[in-house]
Amino acid sequence: MKVRVSVSLKPGVLDPQGRAIQHSLEGLGFKGVHDVRAGKLIELDVDDSVTDAAIEDMCKQLLANMVIENFRIERVAA
Amino acid sequence: MSSFRSAVITFPGSNCDRDMAMALEQVCGGETFRVWHGDADLPDRLDFIALPGGFSYGDYLRCGAMAARSPIMRAVIAAANRGVPVLGVCNGFQVLTESGLLPGALLRNAGLRFVCREVMLTVENSQSLFTSAYSQGQQVRIPVAHHDGNYFADDATLDRLEGEGRVAFRYAEEVNGSARAIAGVLNDAGNVLGMMPHPERMIEAAHGGTDGRALFESATRALVGA
Repeated sequence: MKVRVSVSLKPGVLDPQGRAIQHSLEGLGFKGVHDVRAGKLIELDVDDSVTDAAIEDMCKQLLANMVIENFRIERVAA
Repeated sequence: MSSFRSAVITFPGSNCDRDMAMALEQVCGGETFRVWHGDADLPDRLDFIALPGGFSYGDYLRCGAMAARSPIMRAVIAAANRGVPVLGVCNGFQVLTESGLLPGALLRNAGLRFVCREVMLTVENSQSLFTSAYSQGQQVRIPVAHHDGNYFADDATLDRLEGEGRVAFRYAEEVNGSARAIAGVLNDAGNVLGMMPHPERMIEAAHGGTDGRALFESATRALVGA
């Protein structure tokens, strides 16, 4: 089974990469982009027996840094 | 008095480990052990552990994230909790925050550029075992070389660090957007220091300055009463 973990910076944590992307979009002439936040998408292929709690532990222990990041877990049918 | 025993941890991608070992050998004397990240144990009776700069594990996932979970770090964390002094420089600082030995995190530099130059620092706490050979408020010139040195912690944590004298060094100029210009922080017990600037690159005249020596002299003074 596939699991998608989205890791994003917490609100309030400065995201210089997001800001640079926003400036580049403006430079390309796109209008109306108020803010850009860059994150990560981590895809895991796991055994069906792997529990939600275990995936949450993976996020807390390694995949996300809880000081600066939030995560969201999504199970995807293979 | 037994001689000074120090260890430098090498992770895959560390590149300041030799400089760190040289600084320890030249300034602290005694014996410096080189320890590989995959080892489970540290040498006995260490007086000092250093986590060097570099790009451990290619900075995969987050700077220092993989290194912080490598086998040797369990031993380093246990040693730190027993009171053994631990210094993390640059990537070593990132490993210390990722391992939970120090609060906060190091984000991408606010200017997005890799910063590689000498910067002026202010010694904010000259009472720690890493800084006692400096004077309070002393201005020192130490090089930085990093892409992710922008120190971040929430306001409550920053207030606590300031209130408890745990900001060891502060940038005296704008470098990377760090919260409150913090360049180096101590743990609660004062035996763990993380800093982005590289004191090991400023220990002899040929380096262009010697402002980093006092950090290693402080450690020696504290431990072997030299």
